[in-house]
Amino acid sequence: MSVLTTYARLRAAEAGRAEPLATVRHVHLAARPFVLIPLALAGEACAPLAALVGAERERPELLIVAEPRDRTQRFAFVADLADRVLPHLDSFTRDTEEYTGRRDGAKRILTRCTEAPQILVPNPGGIAFLRLLGRSTRFRGTEGPHAVPPGVPLLGKWLTWFTDRAEFPGSSQLLAMTEALSVHWATGQSGTEDGNLASLIGWIAPPDGHDGHEAARLAEDPALRPPAGPATDPVFDHTLHELLDRYERAGTDPLRAALRHQLEKQLRSQLAPTWDLMWRGVDLLRSLPPGASVAGRWEFDRTLFTDYAAYLAETGLPQARRDHAVGAARRLARLEDATARYELARAYDDPLVMAEHELAGRAFTGVVIATDPSRMVKGPRSALFRPLVTLRTDALPPRLELGDKVKSPTRRDQPARLLAVRALPDGDAEIDLELEGGLARKRKPPAPPGCVPEPGEELCYTVLDTGHSPLAFPDDEATPWTHGGPPTPYTPTEDDADEAWE
Amino acid sequence: MPPLSYDARKIAALTTNPGCARRAVLDAAGIDKARLAGRLGATPGAFTQSPFALTRGRAFEALVKANGYAELITLLRAELAAPVEEARVADLAAAEGDRASVRTRARATERLLKRVIAEEDSRLILDHPVLTLEIAGQTAYLEPDALSHRIGDRIHVVVIKSFAAIDGQADPRKTAAAAREAAVHVLALRRTLTGLGASADLVADQFLLVCPKDFSNRPYGRLIDLRQQLDAVEHQLRRLARAEDLAGALDADASLDLSVQGDQGPPVVSDDHLARTVESLDYLYEPGCLDFCELSRHCREKALAAGAPARLGGTVGGDLPGLDHIAVALSLAHGQAEPDEHRREVVERLRAAARLRARCLGRGVAS
Amino acid sequence: MTGGRDMTADTPAARADAAVARVLHDVDHTTGRGVVVDSPPGAGKSTLVVRAAAHLAEGQGPVMVVAQTNEQVDDLVDRLATRHPRLRVGRLLKSGGTLPGRVRRHGNVTGAEKLSDLGTLPPVVVTTAAKWAFVKAPEGTPWGWAIVDEAYQMRSDALLRCAGLFERALFVGDPGQLDPFATVETERWAGLTWDPLRNAVDVTLAHNPRMPTRRLPVSWRLPATAAGLVGRAFYPFTPFTPGTSSADRRVRLPVPALGADPVDRVLDRAAATGWGYLRLPARHSLRVDGEVAAALATAAGRLLARGTITHCDQAPEGRELTPERIAIGVTHNDQADAVRARLSPELAGVTVDTANKLQGREFDVTLVWHPLSGRADASAFHLETGRLCVLLSRHRHACVVVARDGIRSLLDRHPSSQPLHLDVPPKFPDGWRAHQTIMEHLDRPDFLVGA
Repeated sequence: MSVLTTYARLRAAEAGRAEPLATVRHVHLAARPFVLIPLALAGEACAPLAALVGAERERPELLIVAEPRDRTQRFAFVADLADRVLPHLDSFTRDTEEYTGRRDGAKRILTRCTEAPQILVPNPGGIAFLRLLGRSTRFRGTEGPHAVPPGVPLLGKWLTWFTDRAEFPGSSQLLAMTEALSVHWATGQSGTEDGNLASLIGWIAPPDGHDGHEAARLAEDPALRPPAGPATDPVFDHTLHELLDRYERAGTDPLRAALRHQLEKQLRSQLAPTWDLMWRGVDLLRSLPPGASVAGRWEFDRTLFTDYAAYLAETGLPQARRDHAVGAARRLARLEDATARYELARAYDDPLVMAEHELAGRAFTGVVIATDPSRMVKGPRSALFRPLVTLRTDALPPRLELGDKVKSPTRRDQPARLLAVRALPDGDAEIDLELEGGLARKRKPPAPPGCVPEPGEELCYTVLDTGHSPLAFPDDEATPWTHGGPPTPYTPTEDDADEAWE
Repeated sequence: MPPLSYDARKIAALTTNPGCARRAVLDAAGIDKARLAGRLGATPGAFTQSPFALTRGRAFEALVKANGYAELITLLRAELAAPVEEARVADLAAAEGDRASVRTRARATERLLKRVIAEEDSRLILDHPVLTLEIAGQTAYLEPDALSHRIGDRIHVVVIKSFAAIDGQADPRKTAAAAREAAVHVLALRRTLTGLGASADLVADQFLLVCPKDFSNRPYGRLIDLRQQLDAVEHQLRRLARAEDLAGALDADASLDLSVQGDQGPPVVSDDHLARTVESLDYLYEPGCLDFCELSRHCREKALAAGAPARLGGTVGGDLPGLDHIAVALSLAHGQAEPDEHRREVVERLRAAARLRARCLGRGVAS
Repeated sequence: MTGGRDMTADTPAARADAAVARVLHDVDHTTGRGVVVDSPPGAGKSTLVVRAAAHLAEGQGPVMVVAQTNEQVDDLVDRLATRHPRLRVGRLLKSGGTLPGRVRRHGNVTGAEKLSDLGTLPPVVVTTAAKWAFVKAPEGTPWGWAIVDEAYQMRSDALLRCAGLFERALFVGDPGQLDPFATVETERWAGLTWDPLRNAVDVTLAHNPRMPTRRLPVSWRLPATAAGLVGRAFYPFTPFTPGTSSADRRVRLPVPALGADPVDRVLDRAAATGWGYLRLPARHSLRVDGEVAAALATAAGRLLARGTITHCDQAPEGRELTPERIAIGVTHNDQADAVRARLSPELAGVTVDTANKLQGREFDVTLVWHPLSGRADASAFHLETGRLCVLLSRHRHACVVVARDGIRSLLDRHPSSQPLHLDVPPKFPDGWRAHQTIMEHLDRPDFLVGA
């Protein structure tokens, strides 16, 4: 966050309506996202209570646990959920495309799915719940004394995989709606309050006759807008408590059926408003055009989805409880790399994000006032073709230094170098750049039209770049003594399969 | 209506947003902030506990304490380097009867502590003890879950929580809150013991956190170092005397009396009168207040009316030093007013931000 | 630096030498995995690394030295080659890198990008942790010993990538300085002994709990006026003493102060007591507070204009303070820019940098932009113990802190309330306590000048 966001929040507060923080959409939005709204029983580590799920806006499916403290019913719920989620995931594995990639240190022709699943949950709490649900189900056995349906551990592994991926900036496989929206809009309330999906959407698209303040206040009333989960409204819990008690004590099947029907009605009333909000969130995000790099990041997501589906088809061991030393270090390196790449890509895709860097002095925008398209300079062996471009900008970029390599988001294949900066009496500045490439491989003038910017063109240049260098890690078996030595490889045990879930 | 006394949670809360004089005074005076919020026409926010959470919490505590604290002794054995011997349990709640006042239990606790100090009965676990702590001139009664017997010549405060530790990880914010509570208990116990002529070192500066393991009901225990929390709580308590000074500065007719006449009669003090008294106390609203203070939504409305930028969060406040009104900040940013010398740098940055956003969104600066 | 010191009795020199001898003895006789040496600021850490490298190379065969930055590697190689002109030293270069002049001048140093291009394996090979991660051990056998310098600034994952190369290690570092840095925040590994976000020493000790930790007991850099406070605030459980007395280190300002000018007055205080605290009026400010920047630039200018003379063991007769011996320490890069923009041309030699970049460096006088000055809140970043410690422990003579009034009430309003993870031992002291200790000390008439 920078003063740009602060200013946007001030404006939003004053106008009573959210302000855009982005001119393009930075997340991928699938054609058929799978919306999943989980509810959990209060006080328990991970006791599913209900979920409203589906990939079709008009057909939400309600799954409930009528006795949430009963182990068998919990597994039945997870099996139900698996029956909805797994076919959805599976539907993406059929159509594939070929691409050239690296595998086992060599270039190969590989295949990947042409589309991949995307799961949307209301908030980060939803992701945390799915992580725990994955943790409590992925080790279960499908044979033996504690057998569960095969879908249970399989869903557990997928949920773990999705929640692991959700930690990576730029990945769109599992998104929390509040976070996806907050990347694109600033409201006139605090970040804490933006965690409430209803009030966040109230600011972005207030209902007719209301402003953001009013819409957000209405949204905070749990009677009007039940919480988006996974925690339930404590007041509602009293109603629920009574119903669950009666259900447990009910002696006859018809009575149980009637009570179950009532429970479903109550739980649906808690979930349905959030279902609508989720799809309104989808609409809001769809109203923005995708950023230029979004498709490329989604392609990476698709590749990883394909690879994990293949892994499950072969070995399919569940993920370990905690990362080993090498795995943790490797993952940290990937996270840091993904963070830097996403940050850069957002800035290149979106002038409003680049503006943050302009404000910090790592980028500037100017108008071309002169060019020397035929400029040649002395090189170590022969003369080099280095056209000169002079821009005029309204402020001195303080953190740029002469000799810095710069690039323009609109001319990404044309590296340039900062040659001179001249401050002008009115506070503006003139900046000379020499172009070091992007000249259609010409070694001398003339460059084809369009290669050298024309006077009058407005361009942004920045020093931002990812200094990505590959890192070498030892294999697990070579974990050094400083880190506890090689870990014992994971093998599933009977205890895993029989873990208490009370 | 008797004032609500401080409990460990409230004292621990002093270390979150201690800059708010309003809350300091209300807590010191033992005012029921939820009721006060209602009288002021605000919703107190969701601070009620779910019946499921209550049931689960009670069930887990009972499980830990079953069979003479067998589970607790097992955990202490696993966690402490010193040999842990069998111990006897004195349940202060049971011994004095369910209806015994905290005062009675506090006196009983002190009697038993004397025996522990004198080593007449050093292998005694105190269940539901009540400790006292003098805070800003009033006595707070604190109810730790349990105090361990003397192990390696140390008594450990025990805190039993129903949030789970999954694969060795518990919610770090809830753990921190538990540690702050435990620090208050350690402090109270140390003062009690020194009052009885014993050494404060008899109380360990670690406490035992007991919580459910993974997805089960099995207890999981971890010793947690409290030295930093003790330092922070002691510091806040030293500063707390000021709450009284602040209250002393109130008008002579100020009142925070929430009681009603007779059984269900009209309030003794009118809503308007209450509101005037509350408004005369300086408040420091920040969005974090919504997580713990029953009066926060009331203060939020006041901050909104006052145009305070800080209600948008700490980052926003930090970006606007010297500008304490949103509309003023915007008119300066849009060149509709000129800043004085002190605010020039802030306003120039805001103006740069306004220019950049206007350019990127293709609109006029103030439009 | 040990030459000419009184080696008898309980002098600082004797204690420092005994500590080094102890470390070398440990290294010679250990049956375990090595030794950790904690060093307070300016306690002869580099000297120890140079001695230990030569000692190990002579007694136990080839040794590899791991440093954190290329700058540190070059400094170390230069010292090593100077002190041991007959010791062959290999310097592995980053790709496209060359030896800087101060290293190239030594005939006993070879530089190359690949180990095989260094010729017969030199007894000492030095490079950065990042480079070591790509080195294959010769003939598959690891080095017997590694020396890991600035080990507290090295991240656990960086150690993981190169620790397969050696069997034992001597870790040397200052536990009070800044923790290593990561661009992602995650609680995923909290509580794991091998958490990649921990520092190299903590992770190694967690897996090798019997590894001894030794301490260098004497700070040769910090003057007697600073050693006590720095020790109390940042090293509460590991006391150290100054190597010199107040009489050895003196600062004179021959040109008298300009009337009651606050900058001149605070410099007088600092010259007399070793500390100065210039307090500007309370006001919330932006990160870049022009008045603080101006006060720091003015103070640097007045130090030179007043012909400051410093007396110390290196120059008992006194020497004139030059811009190169002055540092201005800040928290953020844009603060450094703001100060630099206000320095007059004759002050171009003054070092203006963030705490991160000042780590391991030494100056005669430092001027410090207090990390909490003008702030409305005290974030974990600004409270970080290591940052304040670095800023307040770079000087040999005097340190002047510039801040807006209001820090103590800011600290009162923001007690530390960090999330707490199971099995993660707390760090002492925490930033909040360290800041309190420092402010309690500075907020006194001996040091304080209001502006």
